Amino acid sequence: MRPAKISAEHNPLRDPRDLRLPRIAGPSGLVIFGVTGDLSRKKLMPAVYDLANRGLLPPGFALTGFARRDWEDQDFAKIVHDSVKEHARTPFREATWEQLAEGIRFVQGSFDDDTAFENLRQTVEKLDEERGTGGNHAFYLSVPPGAFPVVVSQLQKHGLSTPQEGSWRRVVIEKPFGHDLESAQELDAVVSEVFDQESVFRIDHYLGKETVQNLLALRFANQMFEPLWNAHYVDHVQITMAEDIGIGGRAGYYDGIGAARDVIQNHLLQLLALVAMEEPVNFDAQALRAEKIKVLSSVRLPRDLGRHTARGQYASAWQGGEKVVGFLEEEGFNPDSTTETFAAVRLDIDNRRWAGVPFYLRTGKRLGRRVTEVAVVFKKAPHLPFESSLASDLGNNALVIRVQPDEGVTLRFGAKVPGTAMEVRDVTMDFGYGHSFTESSPEAYERLILDVLLGDPPLFPTREEVELSWKILDPVIDYWAGKGKPEQYPAGTWGPPSADAMMARDGRSWRRP
Amino acid sequence: MIIDMPKTTTTAVDKRLVDLRDEGGAVALGRVLTLVVVADEKDVELAVEAANDASREHPCRVLVVAASDGPADEARLDAQIRVGSDAGASEVVILKTSGPLREQPDAVVMPLLLPDAPIVVWWPREAPEAPSKDPVGRMAQRRVTDSIMAGDPEGMIRTLAENYATGDTDLAWARVTLWRGLIAAAVEQPPFEPVQSVTVEGEPGHTSLDLLAAWLSARLRCPARIVHHEGATAITRVTLERRTGSIVLDRPDSRVVTISETGKPDRRIALPVRKLNEALIEELRRLDPDEIYEEVLTKGLPLVDAEAQKVTA
Repeated sequence: MRPAKISAEHNPLRDPRDLRLPRIAGPSGLVIFGVTGDLSRKKLMPAVYDLANRGLLPPGFALTGFARRDWEDQDFAKIVHDSVKEHARTPFREATWEQLAEGIRFVQGSFDDDTAFENLRQTVEKLDEERGTGGNHAFYLSVPPGAFPVVVSQLQKHGLSTPQEGSWRRVVIEKPFGHDLESAQELDAVVSEVFDQESVFRIDHYLGKETVQNLLALRFANQMFEPLWNAHYVDHVQITMAEDIGIGGRAGYYDGIGAARDVIQNHLLQLLALVAMEEPVNFDAQALRAEKIKVLSSVRLPRDLGRHTARGQYASAWQGGEKVVGFLEEEGFNPDSTTETFAAVRLDIDNRRWAGVPFYLRTGKRLGRRVTEVAVVFKKAPHLPFESSLASDLGNNALVIRVQPDEGVTLRFGAKVPGTAMEVRDVTMDFGYGHSFTESSPEAYERLILDVLLGDPPLFPTREEVELSWKILDPVIDYWAGKGKPEQYPAGTWGPPSADAMMARDGRSWRRP
Repeated sequence: MIIDMPKTTTTAVDKRLVDLRDEGGAVALGRVLTLVVVADEKDVELAVEAANDASREHPCRVLVVAASDGPADEARLDAQIRVGSDAGASEVVILKTSGPLREQPDAVVMPLLLPDAPIVVWWPREAPEAPSKDPVGRMAQRRVTDSIMAGDPEGMIRTLAENYATGDTDLAWARVTLWRGLIAAAVEQPPFEPVQSVTVEGEPGHTSLDLLAAWLSARLRCPARIVHHEGATAITRVTLERRTGSIVLDRPDSRVVTISETGKPDRRIALPVRKLNEALIEELRRLDPDEIYEEVLTKGLPLVDAEAQKVTA
């Protein structure tokens, strides 16, 4: 018996039929810039721990923090420890923590500080020696986009961005990817000068959510939905992401950005792409990207933007038993701001499947409740053989995919009301994905961090997708810029009257999620 | 909520379940399977606890059938329904059978199966020699045994191998998954060299050792040896010999694995011994036949046994 050959491409222990075998990342380390931020404390560090607890991180994994604070390794470890204890999804295990803690390092410095980056390089090299991270490192830039260029060029200057033969260096960036097409391209030029396209991971945490991936399962694993998924049966699609909170402490970031750039450009257009795209050849990054790009490039804006878009700013009002201040009165905020906190647009998709089916996208802060959903609203039945008065309660059938909270799918259809008359009214059938599954299903960031370490890109938007989204959105934002102040809407309602008027013009209305 | 139904029938139990759903939606939606547990009376609580945990990831109806020590001549069924906080994300029905009914577990279970949903049967300790020929086992898509808990683990796993049928699986296999992941990742690093022999060391009677050795032997096409140490817990060490050096995965304290490789720094990772609920959760994740397990059981295990005989002879 000759022993089985092993090579970089072929591992006899792996078998596509072996579905239990976990994909554990190879030796590697993660460096986080901006570890003192909220995202890092509430999401990234807990996600790293949860991955470790599930046995998906490589042995000897290293976590390095980079920030201005005057900390030692232990101080940083303490911060990680506290954030893990408070926010991690899986139970706290001393053994897991000890192993993780051994690989925690901290480098102090500011982004323009050469000594700090020199320290970082030495730290990383030492980790390769001590922990066996094998020269593989991912740099997570949890910093404002303004700092990207300096961090990226510092990485290059100190030899951190160039991998040795047989190892890798990757960079992870968070939205916003610029504030319009031009700035997105500039940003990209900066990053791609240093890292090649395959090593750049743009995080849109929505795409890491189980429900969003479930959208693909719903569409492509089932026989019963896809035949209806086109202009013959679908009347229109509404994609909503509503928040019940205001801008809070993000005033500095939010002024000049606004709802459209903050949410529509990335989350909503990505959702639109997943809902509207054709079936990918397979679920490889390449194939998925091809379909998403195809559908994003066939998106068309309405000719008259004034009639088919809406924007607003929340005004002071009673929201759910609490008096909240208006957007312009938020502390530390520019009282003359024209930044919108509510944005709605109609988009059409010029292809055979979707011709004549408008997609309505809306997002806002201080709306009725926190909800993200995709509602596919079907056409009415062409003929009702009932007396019209008896079926007057019957609305359109709808399939609603709730992304958060209470993940699941709702189907809305007509049913007979008990009694002698053939009276029909709407009922809902509910599948609660969240009721029972999500308690132990992984957080979006767990999935995404693991994918970065594995170098598996299907869930990350590519440069082309980002640029296409800006191409769609830029004209709308430009149009708004010339139109003065956004309309006010009372906090806790579902947006300004112009949003309802925009739907009414098409003979439709917004769903109340 | 716990509802006791002494001296009852399955029809009454079924009706009560429907009522409960009507009353308060006490029943989780979207249940994906029925888990039938065939247990001894003393194992009921242990099984329910693990099943409750599993139901949080895989919402299911749990039916526990336990032969009771009641009088031998009277056919009697005592049922208990648990819902809400006593039942994870599902409902649990415990069915204690006495007298002639003890021999008819399939008849007791049948009326309470969820429509359309797959059936998984789990024997937490001893199992029939041929699970697929058992009356309850025959109904199920997936038959889960747990040889580690049995009186004669090594004997049982080999009997299971002889009687293997598509859909069989053993929790000793699920318990070894993380080890397999680590080992697969370890050989994926340079230098890429064939593994010439394997040694798996650990607790006597822990059949995960047998399965891991069998998997490695079959996949790497090399001899694999099992070494038992009295007093050890689960798997304690795995050694992969290569021409230029070895990879050793050492877990002396059943918590942390140290991976030592010639010419590389030691790397450590927490790998606590897998608990029953974790193994069961993994087992319920997929219900299609596990072909790799089949290979390990029917091809790998004989290889390991042949190797062991060579050594003693």
